[in-house]
Amino acid sequence: MLDSLWQLVSESGFAGFFSNPDGWRNLVMIAVACVLLYLGIKKQYEPLLMVGIAVGCLLANVSSVFMTADGSLPDALYHQSLWDDFLNSASPYYHDYGHILATGGLIDILYIGVKAGIYPCLIFMGIGAMTDFGPLISNPKSLLLGAAAQFGVFFAFFGANLLGFDAQQSASIGIIGGADGPTAILTTTKLAPELLGPIAVAAYSYMALIPMIQPPIMKALTTEKERSVKMEQLREVSKTEKILFPIVVTIFVVLLLPSTAPLIGCLMFGNLLKETGVTERLSDVAQNALMNIVTLFLGISVGATMVGSRFLQFDTIKIVVLGLIAFAFSTIGGLLVGKLMYKLSGGKINPLIGSAGVSAVPMAARVSQREGQKANPSNFLLMHAMGPNVAGVIGSAIAAGFLIKMFGG
Amino acid sequence: MSFALAEEVVSEVAEQAADGRMKLDVGNNLLYAILGYLVVFIGLAVLMLVIIIVGRIMVAKMKKPAAAPEAAAPAAVPAPAAKALPAAPGAAGEVKIYDTDPRDAAMIMAIVADKLQKPLNELRFVSIKEVK
Repeated sequence: MLDSLWQLVSESGFAGFFSNPDGWRNLVMIAVACVLLYLGIKKQYEPLLMVGIAVGCLLANVSSVFMTADGSLPDALYHQSLWDDFLNSASPYYHDYGHILATGGLIDILYIGVKAGIYPCLIFMGIGAMTDFGPLISNPKSLLLGAAAQFGVFFAFFGANLLGFDAQQSASIGIIGGADGPTAILTTTKLAPELLGPIAVAAYSYMALIPMIQPPIMKALTTEKERSVKMEQLREVSKTEKILFPIVVTIFVVLLLPSTAPLIGCLMFGNLLKETGVTERLSDVAQNALMNIVTLFLGISVGATMVGSRFLQFDTIKIVVLGLIAFAFSTIGGLLVGKLMYKLSGGKINPLIGSAGVSAVPMAARVSQREGQKANPSNFLLMHAMGPNVAGVIGSAIAAGFLIKMFGG
Repeated sequence: MSFALAEEVVSEVAEQAADGRMKLDVGNNLLYAILGYLVVFIGLAVLMLVIIIVGRIMVAKMKKPAAAPEAAAPAAVPAPAAKALPAAPGAAGEVKIYDTDPRDAAMIMAIVADKLQKPLNELRFVSIKEVK
């Protein structure tokens, strides 16, 4: 009886904190998960994903504290070692999903959807079904602002290389500047899966912090006169144009850069479902039920990659700092081209809409609207800012496609 | 940057990436960063041109059917023009409402008027559309 009781105690997670050499790291990560839960629930920082990420982190670390004498983690929901074998070309389990299914825990199995790039693409389908590209179609110049706002991606890529990250890791860190969670997750999964946890957390945290990050940069780079510019009413876009748009973009962008096919294809498919008017049920599923289910799976499985032994490294701090730099420079890129367009148009374009080019729909557009209205209370920039905002989604997908093509092997 | 140089860079990177992880020296690092930014810019700029062309075609097509009925019925006896209802003092036309409940639209207009500290009939609302 006493032996059984002793076995129960010694094989508990509490004992594991002392017996497992990485036990203290798990303890720190449990605290980190609680902080993320606080940020998601109380501060409402991207709660739909942040809560899932935090719970994934919590479950992965709580369940992997107890380690057997041979170093295995019998009760773990997520096994980092399985995925290390999966990626190691010398391992007998290289790219062996069957091995994961046979021996993995619950989150290992859910993580297959991330590893295969399924969840980010399905989320893009939902985003497409929720997005109105009308403002972009009525003002195609917005695409230039969406392109300009990818500056941070390549600036951070350059910086990460200088800080000692390899090219694949630098590309994954840089894509944080695209301010697009699914794109960042897909790129990182393909190029540097070992950094998925910190990159996902940095990307979603900064997206939530856009209302704090962007305004000081917007004020520093624009004058009161520029911010108060009222823009002309956008032209109305016909239904046919809205149906043609996803078809044209898919054909053109995928032909230009085939590696963008999963993201652009799903984004535009979702949008086509919305615009056709004959697939309302499918559009409804893509933007509600499917989106919610995939968000659940994505959050929890990405969060699970934040196991203590991998997350608690100096590189994580570097990624967090580089992510902030990427966001800031993407905003700067959009604003500078916005200012250029202001000059070239004779003062008809408000440069504030440039900062909305950093994807993060519709938060970045709302920030442009708010700052524009502070300068001129009768200013309504929201619809004008939605153009660069959705252009940023396409721009970040192209940037991701380029980086995957270059460094994906 | 010439296309030949860009092609050289692409093939060089592809070869290295095939072997696994790669480290970049400062020069190549900068070159790839510029090349990537250029690809995004050029891609979206050309897409912009495509959308402008498609848009112009669509606008031209929409104008044609509108002009056709006018030309097709020149002999029709013009109906007596309906007497336009007088607008409210200071009102500026009608507002178009898309995907928005009229009650919500009315509330939005009232809020805007209140925020601007201007009477509602001195403001001109062109359209109200729900941003989804």
